[in-house]
Amino acid sequence: MTGVPLVEVEDLRIDLDDGSRRVAAAEGISFRIDRGETFGLVGESGCGKSITALALIGLLRPPLSIGGGVIRFDGKEIQHLSAAGQRELRGNRIAMIFQEPMTALNPVSPVGRQIAEMFVLHKGKSWREANQLAVESLASVRVPAPERRVNDYPHQLSGGMRQRVMIAIALACGPDLLIADEPTTALDVTVQAEIIELMRNLCAERGTAILMISHDLGLVANVCRRVAVMYAGRIVEERGSADIFRAPSHPYTQGLVASLPRLGSRAALGRTRLKEIAGVVPAITGFPDGCRFNPRCAQATDICRTVAPHTDVLEAGGFVRCYHHA
Amino acid sequence: MKLRANLVIGGSLFALAIIVGLLAPWLAHTDPVMDANLMNAEEPPSWTWWFGTDGQGRDIYSRVLYGARVSLTVGIVSQLINSVIGVALGLSAGYFGGWWDDVVNALTNLMLAIPSLIFALAIMAVLGPGLTSLLIALGLTNWSFTCRLARASALSLRNQGYVQAATVLGYGDLRIMITQLLPNMLGPIVVIGTLGMGSAVLSEAALSFLGLGVRPPFPSWGSMLSEARDQITTAPWLSLFPGLAIFLTVLGLNLLGDGLRDILDPHSRSRRT
Ligand SMILES: Nc1ncnc2c1ncn2[C@@H]1O[C@H](COP(=O)(O)OP(=O)(O)OP(=O)(O)O)[C@@H](O)[C@H]1O
Ligand code: SF4
Ligand SMILES: [Mg+2]
Repeated sequence: MTGVPLVEVEDLRIDLDDGSRRVAAAEGISFRIDRGETFGLVGESGCGKSITALALIGLLRPPLSIGGGVIRFDGKEIQHLSAAGQRELRGNRIAMIFQEPMTALNPVSPVGRQIAEMFVLHKGKSWREANQLAVESLASVRVPAPERRVNDYPHQLSGGMRQRVMIAIALACGPDLLIADEPTTALDVTVQAEIIELMRNLCAERGTAILMISHDLGLVANVCRRVAVMYAGRIVEERGSADIFRAPSHPYTQGLVASLPRLGSRAALGRTRLKEIAGVVPAITGFPDGCRFNPRCAQATDICRTVAPHTDVLEAGGFVRCYHHA
Repeated sequence: MKLRANLVIGGSLFALAIIVGLLAPWLAHTDPVMDANLMNAEEPPSWTWWFGTDGQGRDIYSRVLYGARVSLTVGIVSQLINSVIGVALGLSAGYFGGWWDDVVNALTNLMLAIPSLIFALAIMAVLGPGLTSLLIALGLTNWSFTCRLARASALSLRNQGYVQAATVLGYGDLRIMITQLLPNMLGPIVVIGTLGMGSAVLSEAALSFLGLGVRPPFPSWGSMLSEARDQITTAPWLSLFPGLAIFLTVLGLNLLGDGLRDILDPHSRSRRT
């Protein structure tokens, strides 16, 4: 393999046009994902995780648009790729699975057909071959009796089974990158763990990189080698998962880590309430000047309220966007 | 159960009409055109002449059987043309939106503003009478309801998770419309199509009655009614049987459409439970 990273995002800005003016829904987004790497994007609801993923696969639609920056996939800039060029990437080299396994499958089409369609669409297979491959795909996501299951309609499957089918569809063409946007929030906890495990194993076997998106830092840190924390449209800290837990740098990340129930302190869980970060996430149209976290930050000083901080590279690797970081 | 009765009676009537049309050469007693015999003119219904005979001594029973061919061909084919046009326009308009949607909407409103029979009449006047003209005239003038329905369905379906998922998976627009949208709106489209077939049968009768349909002497139910006009008091069976055939076929199609709606339309299904 070459030394070119699989995904390189540089200074990406995503504009939201609300009719009268443009506001940056996300800005200064930079990150890199190597081949086969697992990378996590964490943050509260509305901080811009999903739109970042959509920008990556060329699916921002008005009122959202790319306002600046560069997205490189496998060394090639893709932010201005033609519609046809983007379709070639989507599903084939970049796949995505969603939050809602209940609605992401076509209700009137057997699941096997929906998997097979990927081989027909992207690999030019005949339907005969594709149907055969669909059975194999279903077997690879550990769906029992795949040769019978291919004929099932989505409503005949449980939520966990549907999510397995979604994974089979996403991985059918052997993509280089799998984007998983809150892939398990709709499932119960045990099924959730199974699905994550399955996804991680399959991607590791095939060398597929994962971009995992979630509001759950614990979950993401568990799966991913590196994690970026987003707050109000900016990445505020990016570190190795272990580091971010051991020594979070940014005050927001510190708050997030402190609010996590820790393994080993389970006994304490019942008695003391978890620490929460005080205050609310600012609305997209009312981002505060300077550091966007300043209204909620205990360490905020005057400069925090006027000029947005740049990123500081940390000695231990990673970066943080804060004047007074740890 | 009422809903099954719709479906069974409607389906049977429609199936009967189709079978009669298909098997006409075997079921008919005489040739519908050639076997004119003035010796038997205007016989009332009897054991020999089940539906009676007309002024030229032709067997009405045989002519009604053959007439089914024209009526059903026109009904089915012209409605298929309408459905294809309506779905193609409505589905793409709802899916793409924008200027194309505006164009299709304007076209649909125009079609809705002009009564379709008048429009068909105008087309027939240009093309001249005959089966092909009938198919064209009726096939081009009755797609607006299908179009509206397809557009509305596409508008709501395009926001469904699986349609967005398909986009993410690299499906092209055409593939999304055909594999994701069309199958999910087919139920109501079929219902409208069935009802439309009924009205096409009626329109065929109307146009043929006006002498714009299939050219005599080949029978269609409408042209038979037209020919029977003058003898309605002296030989009422001439109008009765083709009229009854039209009535039963249209009734059957409407019942069938109703029954299909009960089982295919998710809204009426949820209302039932
Ligand atoms: N289609 C849209 N039109 C207008 N605003 C949008 C649109 N999509 C997203 N936004 C706005 O962009 C911001 C980022 O949204 P995004 O969906 O990326 O959040 P998220 O981090 O994925 O949140 P969640 O955890 O709830 O999924 C939000 O403020 C949202 O209101
Ligand atoms: S820059 Fe200032 S306000 Fe922002 S997180 Fe750091 S200390 Fe807090
Ligand atoms: Mg999201």
